[in-house]
Amino acid sequence: MKRLFPILSIVTVILLAYALYEALVVAPTDALQGDVYRIIYYHVPSAWTAFLLFFINFVASIEYLVRAKRSTEVAAKWIVIAIGVVGVIATFIPAVQHMLPTGMRPSAVATTVLLIPIFYFLVGRWFPGDKLDILAVTSAEVGVVFCTIVLVTGPLWARPVWGIWWAPGDIRLTSTLVLWLIYVSYLVLRRFSNSAQTQMLAAALAVFGALDVPLVYFSIWFFRTQHPQPVIGGGGSIDPRMLHVLLISWLAFLCFAFLVCRSRFRLELLHREVEQAHAMESLVGAGASKTSLPLSRSSK
Amino acid sequence: MNPLWSLTLATLVKDIRLEWRSKDALNAMLFFSLQVVVIFVFSFDPLAEESRHIVGGLVWIAFLFAAVVALNQTWARELRNQVLDAYRVSPAPANALFLAKAIGNFLFVVVLQALMVPLFIVFYNLRALGPAWQLIPIAVLGTWALVVNGTFFAAMSLRTRSREIMLPLLLFPISIPAVIAMVAGTTAILTGENSAHFYIVLLLTYDVVFTTACLGLFETILNAE
Repeated sequence: MKRLFPILSIVTVILLAYALYEALVVAPTDALQGDVYRIIYYHVPSAWTAFLLFFINFVASIEYLVRAKRSTEVAAKWIVIAIGVVGVIATFIPAVQHMLPTGMRPSAVATTVLLIPIFYFLVGRWFPGDKLDILAVTSAEVGVVFCTIVLVTGPLWARPVWGIWWAPGDIRLTSTLVLWLIYVSYLVLRRFSNSAQTQMLAAALAVFGALDVPLVYFSIWFFRTQHPQPVIGGGGSIDPRMLHVLLISWLAFLCFAFLVCRSRFRLELLHREVEQAHAMESLVGAGASKTSLPLSRSSK
Repeated sequence: MNPLWSLTLATLVKDIRLEWRSKDALNAMLFFSLQVVVIFVFSFDPLAEESRHIVGGLVWIAFLFAAVVALNQTWARELRNQVLDAYRVSPAPANALFLAKAIGNFLFVVVLQALMVPLFIVFYNLRALGPAWQLIPIAVLGTWALVVNGTFFAAMSLRTRSREIMLPLLLFPISIPAVIAMVAGTTAILTGENSAHFYIVLLLTYDVVFTTACLGLFETILNAE
């Protein structure tokens, strides 16, 4: 991984530059909005990346909580499998398909549902023990950054197109803002909490946040939404050339997010190792500190 | 009786008796929300028709802030003489403590509302155009929504530095759907323009979801080490 890091950085820089070029020069101008719409190539990929990171944070938090007890861990495993199976089957029953919002394809919903068990087991396998909590911090921090980009570029785009900076009663705007607020409070909690209990408290808060978001969504259900339906999987139509640029842009953003997460993950890991070593040192006493204590990280 | 309920009742009675003798939380809440109301009256000087549209928001903002004042004091009492630590090592179910605290806070906030609502009616010259009895389920469900999460987050913020400021930071974002439902439901009833049924169902859902989550996670929070 250490050798891969510079290579990936170079690839990311090239991808980001290429995506910017595609967005500003290659992508066709929108018939209605003109050049203003080009902000979509930053707005939408950031939103997808942020939601993905928050989802990872939620999965990591749930796993951290259930791992405290053996019985809950086993139960959670079966519940997740059941969610995957039932969710995929349910989307192909006509009665359930009627309940989906108009324009949302059942196959897209089934894929999304299937992602839950896949993420759950992948995260569980790759991040054993305390690394789950480090993953949760990392994804929340980077997710907040991307969510901030969404919330800044959104009004910039809305002002020339809708004539207003912000639509207070809108579903998508409000739920994104609330998501951002929840994760900011999550980070504040982590900052203010004593180190020993932080991880449990933060994991519990993440679960509360995840329960909250669907309720926010439904609470504004009655209001007319101003935000356009999602372009992909939402039945909206988009020029294939624009879609192409959008996906390249997303790939660049994902690479960038991965790089940042990776660095932050390592930093947090080292930080905790140093803390542990210091704790060990003070436990063992001043005399023993002259002998070799694992202050330096063993190379993998 | 089931040990959960007998312990809940015992803790609840103890809290109410303490509150009855000291009247700390209730006085603080009452005076605080009275000031909020007075400041609102000076800030906005609406006509009767306008006030129907804004009072739903004002009432619930006042109660939200007042509830935070009470919630911050909930656990402070148990920290003195290490009562909470004693509770943790005892075999008593953690949820009994949580339920007693939540119900206690609920009662205090309901008393506060009973005292404050007449003031709002007087100051803003209110008369509901919709079915006024529906305000009762909205008030009950809305107060429980604030209080159940508030009690939980107050227990959570016990473990943090500057806990007085942590509680609103944690509570407000999570409470947004409940606040939207309470304010929109109250406004719908006062103006009589549309039905409040949707908001009552939404509040009920919110209460069921978060009461379950609180009861499921409280033991973890109480014993987090």
